[in-house]
Order: sequence, then C-alpha cells, then structure tokens
Amino acid sequence: MKAIICKGLTKQFGDFKAVDSISFDVEQGEIFGFLGANGAGKTTAMRILCGLSYPTAGEATVAGFDVYRQQEKIKKNIGYMSQKFSLYDNLTLLENIEFYGGVYGVSRADIRTRSRELVSTLGLEKEAGKLVAGLPLGWKQKLAFSVAIFHRPRIVFLDEPTGGVDPVTRRQFWDMIYEAAAAGITVFVTTHYMDEAEYCNRISVMVDGRVEALDTPARLKQQFSTDSMDEVFYQLARGAKRSAD
Amino acid sequence: MKQLFAFIRKEFYHVFRDKRTLLILFGFPVVQIILFGFALSSEVKNIGIAILDNAHDVHSEQIISRINTSAYFQVKAPARGYKDIERRFKEGDIKCALVFPAGFGSDLYKTGGAQVQIIADASDPNTATTLTNYLNSIISNYQQELNPTAKLSYRIVPEMRALYNEEQNGSLNFIPGVIALIFMIVSTALTSVAVVREKELGTMEILLVSPFRPIMVLIAKAVPYLVLSLIDFIIILVLAVFLLNVEIKGSLVLIFAESILFIITCLSLGLLISNVTASQQAAMLMSMMGMMLPTLLLTGFMFPLENMPKPFQVASHIVPSKYYYSIIKAVMLKGLGFSYVWKETLILAGMATGLLFVALKNFKIRLS
Repeated sequence: MKAIICKGLTKQFGDFKAVDSISFDVEQGEIFGFLGANGAGKTTAMRILCGLSYPTAGEATVAGFDVYRQQEKIKKNIGYMSQKFSLYDNLTLLENIEFYGGVYGVSRADIRTRSRELVSTLGLEKEAGKLVAGLPLGWKQKLAFSVAIFHRPRIVFLDEPTGGVDPVTRRQFWDMIYEAAAAGITVFVTTHYMDEAEYCNRISVMVDGRVEALDTPARLKQQFSTDSMDEVFYQLARGAKRSAD
Repeated sequence: MKQLFAFIRKEFYHVFRDKRTLLILFGFPVVQIILFGFALSSEVKNIGIAILDNAHDVHSEQIISRINTSAYFQVKAPARGYKDIERRFKEGDIKCALVFPAGFGSDLYKTGGAQVQIIADASDPNTATTLTNYLNSIISNYQQELNPTAKLSYRIVPEMRALYNEEQNGSLNFIPGVIALIFMIVSTALTSVAVVREKELGTMEILLVSPFRPIMVLIAKAVPYLVLSLIDFIIILVLAVFLLNVEIKGSLVLIFAESILFIITCLSLGLLISNVTASQQAAMLMSMMGMMLPTLLLTGFMFPLENMPKPFQVASHIVPSKYYYSIIKAVMLKGLGFSYVWKETLILAGMATGLLFVALKNFKIRLS
C-alpha cells in the first residue's frame, strides 16, 4: 500500500494558489525529499497532509486515510518534527518522552519499556533524568526525532529537521532516518540542504505551488545534465515568479 | 482522559520549575495582602502630634494625658514655640499640633470660657479632618466631665453606627479587590503566557499535529491555573481571617462558587489574549494593560466609582472584576445570600460564556 497519494491537490487562499494541483505517490518505507524555495508551497502542502488544514480541491490520502474526512485517523498514524525540535526545556528527557507518549495514547507500560530502550540506544542513560535545557543541540535533535517516532507511526513528517546543526551531526541524524526507514517508517522530509537531498530515495521539487520535478536524485541530475543537486535545484527554481516570503 | 492527565501533569512541571511563576503565584498574593492590610491603610492611627503648652495647669495637662492614651495619637516632644511647630510640620515629624495659650486654666475659671488652638497638616485633607474631629471630641468629652451636673435644655446626641464593618476595619474593603486582582494575574496573565509560550517554542505545532484535540489543549492549559487560582484564593482568605481579623459573614460555598465563575471568566480572557498575541511579552503586556489596570481602577476598590467622570462609569460596566468585586463584598462582608447577587452573577456568567465561546472559536481558526 502507498503511504501517501496526492491527486491534483490544491489549496487556494483567495486568488492565490499556494498549492496548485500537485500529484505524487510515496511508497511505504520510502525516504521522500520534498524540496522547494521558501514560498513555493511546501509548508501548505505538508499542513494538509498532516491533517492541519483542508485542501480546496483534489484528493489525497495519508496512510490510507482521506485528508478531508479522516484527519483524526491521519494524526494517529503520523509523527511530526520541525526545525524547532519542540522539546520542553524545563522537563527532563524522560518526562518529555512520557509527555509525547502520553499525548499519542501510548500505554504506560509501553512508555516505560520503550523509553528505556530509547535512552540506551541514544547512549543518554546518564542524562535521562536531567532537564533537556542542558543538552547539546545535536542531542536535542536526535531526541526530538526519536520522540516523533516514539508511537511507531507509519509516516513521519520532518520539516527542515537539520536547520542549524553541524554537518557531522547532520550525517548522524540521517543514519537515524535510514534506520527508521529500514524499520518500515515512511519518511517525508523537507530540506534546504542539497547534500541531504541526495540521501533521499526520491525527491520532488516545488516551484510556484506546482511539483516541477520528481525522481531519484541520480536521474534528476541526468535529466538536467549536471552532476550536482544544487544545479538541478537552481535551474528549476530560477523560473519561479513568486518571491520568497 | 489519560492524554489529558499527561498534559496537565506536564503543565504542573512547568509551573513548579519556574521560579518566576512561583513567585508570582505565591509571593504576590501575600505581598498584596500585607501591603494593603498594613502599609496602605487608610485608617488614622498613631499620628504624630506636638503640644505647645503655654499654660501648664491642671486642665491642659489633663487634656494632654487623654490625648496620650488615645490610640490615634502619638505625642511627640513638647513644642518650644510656633517656629518649632512649623519646622516639625515641614520635617513630617507631626501631622497636627495643639496650642494652649498662657492662662488657659485660669481663663476657664474666671471667664467660663477658654480657647485652645488645633493646627493640622491639611495637605492630606481627609486625614486632617479626621484628626481635628478626634481632638475636638477629646476636648469636648473633658469639658463635659467638668460640668457633670450642668444640663442643657435641648440636646441632640447623634449616635453613629458603621454598618457591616463596626470597627471600621479598613482591610475589609480591599480584600475582594485583591482577590480579583490575583485571579486576573494568575488566570489571565499566566494562562495566556503559558499558551503563547508553546507557540514560541514551536511545541504548539507538534500538539496540533498530534491526535490530541485542540480543545483539550485549552482545557489542559486552563485546569492547572484554575487549581492554582483556588489555592491562591484560599491563601488570601486564610491571611485575611487570621492576619487581618476579617470576619467572613456569608456562605463560603457561595463565595467559592462565585469565585470559580470569575476564574473561568479570567481564564477565557487569558485564552482569548493568547489567541491574538504571538509573543509572551505581548501577552503579558496585554493582560496587564487590558485587564489589571481596569481591575485596579474601575472596580471601585481603590477609587469610588461614584466619583468618577461619566465615561469611566460607563466603561466600568464591561469590566468583569467589577461584578465579582461587588458580589464578594456583598457575600463576604455583608453576609448576603444568592438572592441579592443573582443579577451580577448572571452578568458574569454571560461574560464567561461569551468570552469562552470567542476564545474557542478563534483558537480553531488559528489552526489552519
């Protein structure tokens, strides 16, 4: 079964088409890069797929659930992480995990065993009882990702998850993403870093609300006869009429 | 339900780990009560008085000893002359002075009438009036004792009674006002800040993407502050009763019920503010300017509403704390029952419902 299916998905604000009839499928377990300049409509499209707003026209299902009628079910089956990491600084590491686990309705016993597992795989046993405020940024980011997939969602949405993090940590972070994908979680990720785009199975590039290109990084480079994703992105985004907001 | 519980527990972690919030929550009410109860007292007590006694006879000394025993006055070192009195007025050492002319006692015997001069610092006219009244009554009491047998043919003796506050305990009036103020701070300001903080942190986004319903987010935010407000309320009542000797005349159940109603009004206001502001500072400022100032000025607990210009009086009708203030004053101090405050209660309930409705509706719109 496909993780995400979009057909002619459109979101219009007055005369302005933020998302202009986009269509694409995402396979289960795939790492799907969702690229586009600021203002291209990525966030709007992602909000619809996360069940935060309704499309104006078109169809879409996420984890098999309809974005018009089954928002609640979508929300139960997805995880979400943004560049702000969204952990509570004055809660300890374990309390953060407990809170998000609780919000997603994970049972108390499961929370206990899984958080123990999680803390040991991250190698954060000593920090488990400490406030998150004192953690280095890279660890916060890894923790935030672990929290986003703590309830074992089918799809995880990552909105520019590596903003402001150094390259080494970013690399480690992508290792975690690969692990999650290997475990069968579909990863839908937006990013500004073209080296990260290369890590994706497939990427789509949005320009002015439309998906202008969609393929594996290798074939896209071939198509635009260049050897860097930067160049691909630049050639596509150059034609954009909307200014970045 | 379990989700809600996890959320509420998290809110309490936030509160109890933030020193500033704790200080506002528990330090503020205590400081307010002590400030209003003792420092800002409008009662006249222990007022400095200097006496220039040029007579030094039995009568002048009798009067002086009576002033001495009165709780209203504190007799300072005897004045050495008018210059001395003037200097001490300027220094603030005394608020009034009493001058006996030479031959005060002999005048009294010989001519059957003597004069005494009261000088009061009228830069604070209310206090000055009260002081001269006190002095007058001390002197006239003494005068009556001098002529116990003398009977005036017609005499009207006014008897005064200060209803609902027989001892004229000045702390009574402000307690309901302080309670309203605290509710505004805890329920409105702290709640709005708590919601806006999640927006600033970016955690609100995560919560909205989660299956946790938006309305539950608001409930989870409101419940802890409702509980904390009630704790504050109990602290204030206990302080009022045991520290300031306030007697609670009405039904405690009614007082609590009305307070919960008012807290819900404040919470709704807080949620509304959090909907229209994007930063914690803006939320705080809006709560302070929009809610606390009107509570201080327009509820009638610091400045009588009747003396205000018409526009202010009209404006006071939309201040929720005004109604709460008059309800609590009626129930707590006068011991009145629900039948006397149902109108105010109805208005408050209407405000609470309206505000809550707008807050919830707005919150939904903000999602998309």
